[in-house]
Amino acid sequence: MNTEVKMDSIYAPSEDVVVREIEGEVIIVPLVAGVGNMEDEIFTLNETGRAILAKLDGKSRLKDVLESLSEEFESPAGEIDRDVIGFVGELFKRNILVEASEG
Amino acid sequence: MTKDSYITRQNWDDAEVWKHSKPLLRLLDVELTERCNNNCIHCLINIPASDVEAEEMELSCEEIKAVLKEAASLGCLTIRFTGGEPLLRDDFEELYLYARRLGMRVLLFTNATLITPHIAELFSHVPPMKEVEVTVYGMKRGSYEAVTRKSGSFEAAFRGMGLLLENDVPFVVKGALLPPNIGDMEEFEAWASTIPWMDKPPTHSIFLDLRCRRDPEKNRLIKRLRPSPEEGVRALTRRKEDYLRGTKEFCSKFMSPPGEGLFSCSAGLDSCCLDAYGYLQPCLLLKHPDASYDLKSGSLGDAMRNFFPRYRMMKASNSEYLARCARCFLKGLCEQCPAKSWTEHGTLDTPVEYLCEVAHVKARYLGILDDGERAWEVENWRERIEKMLKDDPKLQE
Ligand code: SF4
Ligand code: SF4
Repeated sequence: MNTEVKMDSIYAPSEDVVVREIEGEVIIVPLVAGVGNMEDEIFTLNETGRAILAKLDGKSRLKDVLESLSEEFESPAGEIDRDVIGFVGELFKRNILVEASEG
Repeated sequence: MTKDSYITRQNWDDAEVWKHSKPLLRLLDVELTERCNNNCIHCLINIPASDVEAEEMELSCEEIKAVLKEAASLGCLTIRFTGGEPLLRDDFEELYLYARRLGMRVLLFTNATLITPHIAELFSHVPPMKEVEVTVYGMKRGSYEAVTRKSGSFEAAFRGMGLLLENDVPFVVKGALLPPNIGDMEEFEAWASTIPWMDKPPTHSIFLDLRCRRDPEKNRLIKRLRPSPEEGVRALTRRKEDYLRGTKEFCSKFMSPPGEGLFSCSAGLDSCCLDAYGYLQPCLLLKHPDASYDLKSGSLGDAMRNFFPRYRMMKASNSEYLARCARCFLKGLCEQCPAKSWTEHGTLDTPVEYLCEVAHVKARYLGILDDGERAWEVENWRERIEKMLKDDPKLQE
């Protein structure tokens, strides 16, 4: 499987997971077997992860997500790039994010 | 933006997130039906599987879904599907998937007799995220069916558990100690230890609860099936070291007279039970009409925010309870609670003599009570507990 993160792609949470927000915390609950390693595991996101995931709505291309995050956080573009690519790559590898269109 | 790991994999029960977020509802028990395909001699709830009138009164699939949806919106993490036998409902699969798609895990209490290849595959593909809990009523057809009073149930249950094993669906087993199966206990425990997900010996219902809808005739039978307090405590303490470790640890935290407040458990605090007909109760057993909240004229959120907190503030008024249980340091060791008082006496605050005797036998076993002493009259209970813990160097820390 190609796990390269593409700027022109649209990413969204996979249908094999449920993203829940409980009291301000975001948790990702695997729905089908094979997401995560163990039956009783869930995933939690840090602040950066939460901010990025909120923008991965299945409509915006990753480069637009990057632009909108840079504006919001007023961080140097390089830093945001690293965060977003790291995050998307990690979740894509775990089957939590899927590509919603061809790049 | 912060730089620590974006995503952390965590065990469901130990996840950090639960430590700082407190959902209004953590666990919702859902009694999908009170009907059961077995007819166990000791059962506290069952009505016949063929009871059409009861079936017609049960909540519909859509009604249950609406409650599940509200539960998820209140932060609920775990749905426990129980009964009766929850797999009797034709819409079980739909409700199961609905709860899982809302991001909740599902704990299923079942007798395993209705587990089909399809259900086992479903659990394998969309895991419940919590071990299925199966009660096993005996290790031989004779003993098993003397409890369930249903021919064919022994084979069906073991076939069901076999399907879970084949499909690698995690499950654990538990027992109910009853006259017909008491001779099977060792065989049961040896077999249970071969189940990959059993990391400790199975638990057993020993002191048998009475019918939660109060049924004098069936209660008479259940009372006859109960072991004497001494026999029951002997069974409970068969693994002496394990029992002592667990109980002493518990005593070090939870032993003190409760005073006149009635509730010391978490029923209705961050959990509650939806019965098969649309009423919410603080727990599975406590079906006192005053403790029931009619969902038709309210909501789960209102029950959790307003109804149960008010109910939990109730104080005991029974003079015997106030003279005994309210002042009794064994309360943590004793199963006396509003639900047990309800099933035994139809009130919330009447001491249950059988449970009182059981607690006294346990306390004598632990060396914190002498023969002939009555726990509520003991004044130096703190010293006694300290002495018990001192005798066990591991617990002093
Ligand atoms: S299988 Fe469970 S619910 Fe059914 S009769 Fe037996 S104890 Fe009751
Ligand atoms: S041991 Fe007896 S007096 Fe003490 S709490 Fe239990 S029922 Fe009440």
